[in-house]
Order: sequence, then C-alpha cells, then structure tokens
Amino acid sequence: MKILTANRLTDGEAVWFSTDGNWAETIDVAATVYDKAGEARLEAIGKAAYDNNEVVDVNLIDVSVVDGAIHPLRLREVIRAAGPTNRLDLGKQARPAAGAA
Amino acid sequence: MYRYDEFDHDFVKARVAEFSDQVERRLAGEITEDQFRPLRLMNGVYLQLHAYMLRIAVPYGTMNSKQMRMLSHIARKYDKGYGHFTTRQNIQFNWPALSDIPAILADLASVEMHAIQTSGNCIRNVTADHFAGAAADEAADPRPYAEILRQWSSVHPEFSYLPRKFKIAVTGAERDRAAIQTHDIGLHLKKNETGELGFAVYIGGGQGRTPMVAKKIRDFLPEEHLLSYTTAILRVYNLYGRRDNKYKARIKILVHETGVDEIVRQVEAEWQALKDGELKLPEADVAAIQSYFAPPALKPRPEGDEVIKLARLDSRSFGEWLDQNVFTHCNPDYAAVTISLKGIGEVPGDATDSQMEAVADIAEQYGFDEIRVSHEQNLILPHVARADLKAVYDALVAIELATANSNLISDIIACPGLDYCALANARSIPVAQEISRRFASLERQRDIGELKLKISGCINACGHHHVGHIGILGVEKKGAELYQVTLGGSADEHTSVGEIIGRGFGPEEITDAIETIVETYLQIRLDRSEKFLDAYRRVGPAPFKEALYASEAKAA
Ligand code: HEM
Ligand code: SF4
Repeated sequence: MKILTANRLTDGEAVWFSTDGNWAETIDVAATVYDKAGEARLEAIGKAAYDNNEVVDVNLIDVSVVDGAIHPLRLREVIRAAGPTNRLDLGKQARPAAGAA
Repeated sequence: MYRYDEFDHDFVKARVAEFSDQVERRLAGEITEDQFRPLRLMNGVYLQLHAYMLRIAVPYGTMNSKQMRMLSHIARKYDKGYGHFTTRQNIQFNWPALSDIPAILADLASVEMHAIQTSGNCIRNVTADHFAGAAADEAADPRPYAEILRQWSSVHPEFSYLPRKFKIAVTGAERDRAAIQTHDIGLHLKKNETGELGFAVYIGGGQGRTPMVAKKIRDFLPEEHLLSYTTAILRVYNLYGRRDNKYKARIKILVHETGVDEIVRQVEAEWQALKDGELKLPEADVAAIQSYFAPPALKPRPEGDEVIKLARLDSRSFGEWLDQNVFTHCNPDYAAVTISLKGIGEVPGDATDSQMEAVADIAEQYGFDEIRVSHEQNLILPHVARADLKAVYDALVAIELATANSNLISDIIACPGLDYCALANARSIPVAQEISRRFASLERQRDIGELKLKISGCINACGHHHVGHIGILGVEKKGAELYQVTLGGSADEHTSVGEIIGRGFGPEEITDAIETIVETYLQIRLDRSEKFLDAYRRVGPAPFKEALYASEAKAA
C-alpha cells in the first residue's frame, strides 16, 4: 500500500495527498492506493503538482493501515509525519489531535 | 575583529537582492525546482525532512554580540526559538519558510553575516582553532590567514565549480584543535628557526564514506605564499579531480589515486609559475588584516587568583567548571571559557533564542564582545578576566549553560541525523541524549577523563564519527536503525581514523555497549593519567571486542 507525499514549496511543510484531492498537512487523511494503477495515478498527480510549483521532493511511500490509522513503513517517513523524536513540542505531533479540540 | 570592507557590503547586499528576486520568481512559479535548487544551495538553503534549512556562515567561528543577538532574533521571529551550531562552525536553522528567507538574509546582512558558500562545490567557510588569538600555546593567530583565504575564495571565478566541496582549516598551535588533518587543505601556522611565519601544509584529508588522514606536503611554506600555493593545489584538483563520480570527487581520492609524490610534483610545478606573481601576499596587506584581529586591550587584572581562590572555597561546582571548561590564555590575568552546549540530556549544539541573547550580554559585559563557535559544537568566550570568571559562571548557570563537561564523554558531537536530515539512515540526537544521561554523573565523567564521542546519522560523517575516540555511525538495516561503533579515532595533531569494532547495536543496545567499552577502558588503563585514546592505542581492540562480544561467541 502506498501514499503520496511531498514538501510544500512555500514553507517546506511536509504534506500528503489526501482523499479529498488536496495536499494535507497531516498523514491521517492521505489517499491510499493498492495497485500499480493507483500508484500511477498518484505519481501523475505528484508530477503535475511539482510541475505546477506547488510542492517539491515528491515521493510515493510504503504504508500499512493498522486499526484504520496510516503507518509509514520507514522510520524516516514516521518522523516526517510526526516531527523530531527528541522534540515532541515541534512538528505535527505538537498539534492538538484532530477532533480533540 | 574583522570588519567588512565596502566590497563585502556591496557584494552581500547585491547577493541578498539577487536571491530575493530568485525566491520571488520561484514562488511565482517562474523558475522550476531544477533551476532553483542550485541557486538556493549557493545561498545556504537546503530542504530537510520537515522544512527548509538555512545554514549561516560564521567565518572561522568568530562573531560579536550584535551578530549573536541577530541569530537570536532570527530564531525567535522566523524559526522555532532555537538554532543548531555545527561542526563547521556554522549555525543552522531548521524551520524557516522559503518565503521568509529574503527577510532573514537582509537581517543578517545588516550585521555583516550571510549564507554564501555554505553549500555547493566551492570553497566553504574556512574554519580555525576556536581559541585563536587567545590560546597560550599558539605561535600566532591563524584567523588573519583564514580571513585572507575567505576574501580570496569568495565567489572565486575559477574555483566556484570544483569537482566537489572544498574545506580548509587553519590552526596556529602545535596542539591541533581545528582538526586540520581531516580537511581538504589543513594549514598549521608556525614559526621557523629564524622566527618567520609560515605553514605546514596538509592535503587530502576528509571524512564521509572514504575517511582519509591528510598528507603533509610541505613542512614550511613562508606566509607570503599562502595564496599562490593554495591556488596551485586547487588548480591541480580542479583539473584532475574526478567529476564522473561524486563519491570519488573529493581531493582525498585524487591524492590517494595519484599518489602523494606525483601530486606534490604537479602542485610544485604549478606553483613555480605562480609564486612570484600577483598572488604573493604583500606584507602591508597581511599587516592590515592582522590589525583587524588585534587582541582587545586587556587591562591588568591581577586580582584574579585571589577572587578565584575564595569563589572555589564557596562553590564546589564552580571549581569543577573552572577545572574543566576554562582554558589557559596567553595573558595570565585572563582565560578562555568554553560554554558547553551539551547540558546533560540536551541536544548537542542547540541553543535557544534566550540563551543566545544572554550569551551576547555576557560577552559584551565580560568578554570584550567576542564569541566563538567551536567545531565541537560549543560556544567560546575567548577573553575573560580571571577575576570575572565567577560572575560569568553565575550568569551561565542562570541560563543552564554551565555544564562542566568540556572534553568529557557527554561533550558529544552529533549531527542532526534522522530527526531532521533528509539523507540520514538513523537518528543521532536521541543516542547522544541517552548516552549523556547514562553518564550524567560529573564525578564519573571526570574519573573517565578525556573522551571524545562523535555520532553521525549516515556515512557522510557530518558528526565526525570516524575521528571520535569512540565513534558511532547510524545505518539502516532491514528498515531498522543500527549503530556501528568505531574505536581509536582522533582529530588532533595525531589524527587517526577509528576502526570498526564488530557487529552493530540496535537503538536499545547502543548505550549499554558504550558503557561496556568505557568500563573496559577503566579496567585496563595503567592509571588515571592514561587517557582512553592512549589506552586503546596501547592495547588495541581485543579487550573491547572480548567485553562486547565474548558471550555471543561462546553461545554460538
Ligand atoms: C541538511 C543537512 C546536511 C546535509 C544534506 C549534509 C550533507 C553532507 C554530505 C553529502 C557530506 C559528505 C561529503 C563528501 O563526503 O563528499 C557531508 C560531510 C560533512 N558535513 Fe554535512 N550535511 C548536513 C548537515 C551537516 C551538519 C549539521 C554539520 C555539522 C554539524 C555538517 C558537517 C559536515 C562535515 C564536518 C562533513 C565531513 C567533512 C568532509 O569530509 O566534508 N553537515 N555533509
Ligand atoms: S551525517 Fe548524514 S545524517 Fe548526519 S547530518 Fe550529515 S548527511 Fe545528515
């Protein structure tokens, strides 16, 4: 299973291509694909967004879904999705949890 | 301290304007990422995992309070309230928005700072002994020569597109505190028998995936030939350095593949044509630049001994700090102070905006307005009256920067690693933090004595692991972090590359492994005066291997 990720051009924020067709700032709403056709579709979206100067460093990454939550397989992507592991007050992990407000 | 001349002012201003325009056009979509990447890198802007990163040059690690306050301002206004001081005597900000970078660079330019040549295949920030101009053991201040190299190498038309990055380091003391033998060119400023100044010249040192100790190619190069000889080396490198493979593109590979004798022949031949030309340094110019680095007027402060004696009686922790973090100055009434950015469990090299601000205040009040960044990721106050040391110590305690661990096991160099860096294979910072906590007891650290532990999150070796007495390299194995340990490296005047001790350790094992190594050392050392490195060099890896792996070998 894969999702599409990049960094936003203007501020470098890590973003994921979401189920509603936008670049989201958190991984939980990323659109997942399960086959070559899905991957090709995301790749095309990534390339278009790159060409359109919305994002940089576009990558398809491997994930699994556990209890409905998306988990990247590589630690690198876990850290991109959360923030530095030594500074829990920084990055996405520092934001109030969705729905918790 | 060096002051910018008109040329520098105009040049930096023009560059800020140019890059601001490039950023604007990039944000407007008028230039592509492929076009923009080399431009941003030329101006110190990288992309890391979470955001952009801006690397700002601190030439030869020297700055004043005004500049430090500006770094504090940038941390507060544009970043997340902290900055990371690096082994290249630079500072990195981890979170700036691309759209803010023109404003940051304009702010920096207002205090004569910039990010030019902090990236790319050019001659990078020239680094120097952080005690330069203060150390009792130095032949002369190496910074005027670092400055001459800086001026000469800034936007040098011939050397802006080298096969690969090029790093030069200069020291003025026999005791090498600038790790010159790990640089593309290392210069050791010294005096000959007749008292003239010149350089021992080393080339071809480097870390990364192929660590190499530099080779000495000249024992004494008279100072006037600094630029002609450096140019000759760079010409040979520029011509013959490999451009086909970026992993083989550094001068160390050229020196290794060509052989030192042949390289020396080529350099000397090139130099013959240059040495009496326009690159020969006029005495007047050297003197003019030296005058910028004239030491501050240090008034006699003979009361220091008495003040210190009393303060020591009063505070044991002050005494410990004095023993560990205070360095002998060339003026007996003064001292150089290491401000440890390695508080127990803290991130090596990080300082908050308010700490930076406070250090600026302390430097202004007690330190003749001078601050240094050391390649060991600490800050230095090079000139403090011994009589003021207690006041400085108290001020540092107030901002939690008074940890008395300079050169001890918790004075760790660590690169950003996988918590920030896009190239990383494993984390470095949490490993450093855990080791620091494990050895939190200062008494224990002092018993262990001098021990340089250095950690990199990948083979690029930004954290100098190859030359750590104990080096830790993070690798990725089957998707998990694994830490490889090297022993016996060193970055001083007897530079050596550490040897891999055996199989790597998982994140939950590495601190135990380090403790085993340290305990083994404590058992085998002849006495307290035999340092870790000396003991390792005497006995070799066997007892450490035995301690780390013997039980496995038996089980197998
Ligand atoms: C975005 C962050 C960084 C990137 C992308 C990066 C990239 C690299 C690369 C690719 C190399 C290997 C060069 C070679 O072998 O030819 C290298 C070496 C090095 N870097 Fe970094 N680095 C980063 C951060 C740092 C930091 C934070 C420091 C200081 C703490 C640093 C200091 C060094 C040093 C000292 C070396 C080894 C010396 C040498 O042989 O060039 N770098 N870096
Ligand atoms: S050593 Fe590797 S992980 Fe560490 S900063 Fe350098 S490139 Fe990044």
